[in-house]
Formats: sequence, C-alpha cells, structure tokens
Amino acid sequence: MQRATMDLWVGLFVMAGIGALLVLALKVGNLGTYSASDSYQVTGNFENIGGLKVRAPVKSAGVVVGRVTDIQFSTETYDALVIMNIDSRYKFPKDTFASILTSGLIGEQYIGLAAGGDEAALKDGDTIMKTNSALVLEEMIGKFLFNKASEGSSSENSGKN
Amino acid sequence: MPKRIVAGIQSVGHRVIDSIWRLGYASRFFLLTLIKSGTSLRRFTLVIRELYFTGVQSLIIILVSGLFVGMVLGLQGFETLQRYGAESAVGTMVALSLLRELGPVVSALLFASRAGSAITAEIGLMKATEQLAAMEMMAVDPIARVVAPRFWAGVISMPLLAALFSAIGVYGGYLVAVILIGVDEGSFWSQMQNAVDFHYDVVNGIIKTCVFGIAVTAIAVFEGYDAAPTAEGVSGATTRTVVTSSLAILGLDFILTSFMFRGMG
Repeated sequence: MQRATMDLWVGLFVMAGIGALLVLALKVGNLGTYSASDSYQVTGNFENIGGLKVRAPVKSAGVVVGRVTDIQFSTETYDALVIMNIDSRYKFPKDTFASILTSGLIGEQYIGLAAGGDEAALKDGDTIMKTNSALVLEEMIGKFLFNKASEGSSSENSGKN
Repeated sequence: MPKRIVAGIQSVGHRVIDSIWRLGYASRFFLLTLIKSGTSLRRFTLVIRELYFTGVQSLIIILVSGLFVGMVLGLQGFETLQRYGAESAVGTMVALSLLRELGPVVSALLFASRAGSAITAEIGLMKATEQLAAMEMMAVDPIARVVAPRFWAGVISMPLLAALFSAIGVYGGYLVAVILIGVDEGSFWSQMQNAVDFHYDVVNGIIKTCVFGIAVTAIAVFEGYDAAPTAEGVSGATTRTVVTSSLAILGLDFILTSFMFRGMG
C-alpha cells in the first residue's frame, strides 16, 4: 500500500478516535455543563439525609450549580455532614437555605439551595446554617397511620359518650 | 507405589516452576520491549504502518459491533425501565453501561481476536521463517524493529477504538430508543448528561482501555516471539493469545472496577 494512503487512513482514524472522546466528554458526559476545576467547598449539617449519595447534584432554581463530594457522620452532633463543591461562578449569601429534595416521586435525591438575603457571600470552607432534612417516606406514612389511628379511636370514644 | 506418588508431585512442581518461569520470561520481555522502544518512537513511520494494520483495519468490526450493542442496550433497557415508568432513563443506562463496562471490555475482546491474533501470527511466522534470526544477523534488533512498533500501535489504537465503540453505541441506543420507540429526545440526552460524570465515568473508562491495550498487545507480541518455529507452534500461539488476553481483560476489568467504582452512587 502507498505510504500516503496509509498516512491518510491513520490520520483519519486518530482524528475520529479523538472526536469520539470529545463527543463522550461533551455530549454524553457533563464536562460541557459543569467543570469541577473552579469550585468552592461548603458543608451542611443535616439531621437526616435520606437516600442522598455522593455525586448527587446541588441545584438552585433547578440549575445544577455543584455536586456533593463527600458525606460523613459527625459523632459530636450526631448529624450528617454533607460536603459539596459549588461552582465558583455562582455566589450564594451566607444565610442560604439548603434542603434535601427528591426529583419526582421515586427519583434521585439532590440538594436544593434557596438564596437568603445576607450581604456576605459563602466562602470556601463555610458551613450552611439553615438546613432542612430529607422527607423520609416511611416516617411520613408512619405518622399518617398513627394520626389516622388516634383519630379513629377518639371518634369511637366520642361515639360512646 | 511411592515412586508414582513422587512422580505425581514432581509433575505438579514441574508445571508450577514452568509457568512461573514463563511469567518471569514474559515480564522480562515486556521490560525489554519498553527499553528498546526508543527507536520505534523516533522512527514513528514504523508505528504508523502498524497503526494502519491494528487500528484502521479493526474499525469496521468495532463500529458495527458498537452500533449493535448500543441498539440492543436501548431495546432491552427500554423493556425493563418501562415497567417502572422510567423509560426516559434509557439514555443514562445505555451511556453508563457502555462507558464503564461494555465499551472497554467488548472492544478489547474484539481487538484481541482481531488484531492480537494477527500480531501473534505475523511475529510467529517471521520467527518460523527465520526472518527474525536474519535480522539479528544484520545487527538489527528484532525487538526494536518488529516488536516495539506493534506494541505501541496497539497501545495507541485501543483507547481510540474503545472511544469510537462507546460513541457509536450511544448513538445506536439513541436510534432505537428515540427514533424507533419514541422516547423523548430531550430527556434522553439531559438525563444522560446529568448522570454521566466526566471524571468518574469517561476518564475511568479511558484508564481501563489503556490497561487493556497494554495487556492485550503485550500478550500478543510475547506469544508471537515465544512461538515454537513450526506451523503447529504458530497456530498454538495464536490460540493462546486470544484465550489468555480474553481472560486477562475480564480479570483486570474486575480488579479495576472494584477500585474505581466502589461506593459510587
């Protein structure tokens, strides 16, 4: 085979391979929408994180602004420590409210940030003071059943009286 | 009777020592290839010639199988996810399974049987027809001239082939799920992009393919160089290349996966 033809084919092959890598990174992966390079770290103490996992998105107004990088348990407060990286393009006030939400009924859990009104912005290493735990479905069902049961017994009692 | 027992133990010992010796020989050969690859990297045209044979000529099989694997994943994923009303997550499933496992593993298996066997047969036949010996007579090092370019061509083309496999597989899944079945296009791509992380999924997949590429081509060139210089020896070496590298790919995949994706959501 001619040298030039071979070079052409190899060149096309290498370019196609690199192109496929770019497609995987930008179109399939999330490199285009979010990069971990420029970010700052904040911590949130949650009473109960439900099914939150590492790498879960951190959203504000539905836009992904960061990701959960680590989840730990604190033996001092017996709370869950959720460490998240937030893109440094997005600044949040110090009194930002963080809550654990679920996308859809059985979807994945994520952290929702609702901005407060403070002048000072969250910095690297700060802790979010106001948090709201995950809604645990079992607890809610338990409470509901308990309420129903107590309602039923009280109405029976009232019927007798 | 004791003689038989002794002979039995001896044969076990013989096999163990033999296989350890062969492993040592293979690793020395691998090191020698790395040390002597300076020439082939300086005369890069040698590598380009091999890239044509291992990379470009494997393209058709890689692309066609990637497309079909992606299409099957799209079909099966839809069938299963539909039961839970989560059919828009089919893109996530296709992309994650291709990037993490199927892309690297299946393309490496195809690469071993398509390119690895060819490398072994070529080098083994060169040895059988005494071309390697003739090179040594002319003071040309066969490891630097024949083995190293093939090794580097394999190592370079493997990640590129796996990336093409995964990319065309995702496209195959898109064809089946979105165009054929009618999953919503926007949620197909957006759920995929939400779930696929560049560092955890794409980069780990690339690391896997690099490791597989090194393993497959190292096994292929070693088996070829080590083949008995007969027709039978070359055929046996080619078979061993495919069997050993397939097992190596699957074993390495388990080890790499257990390191990479432990505790990942």
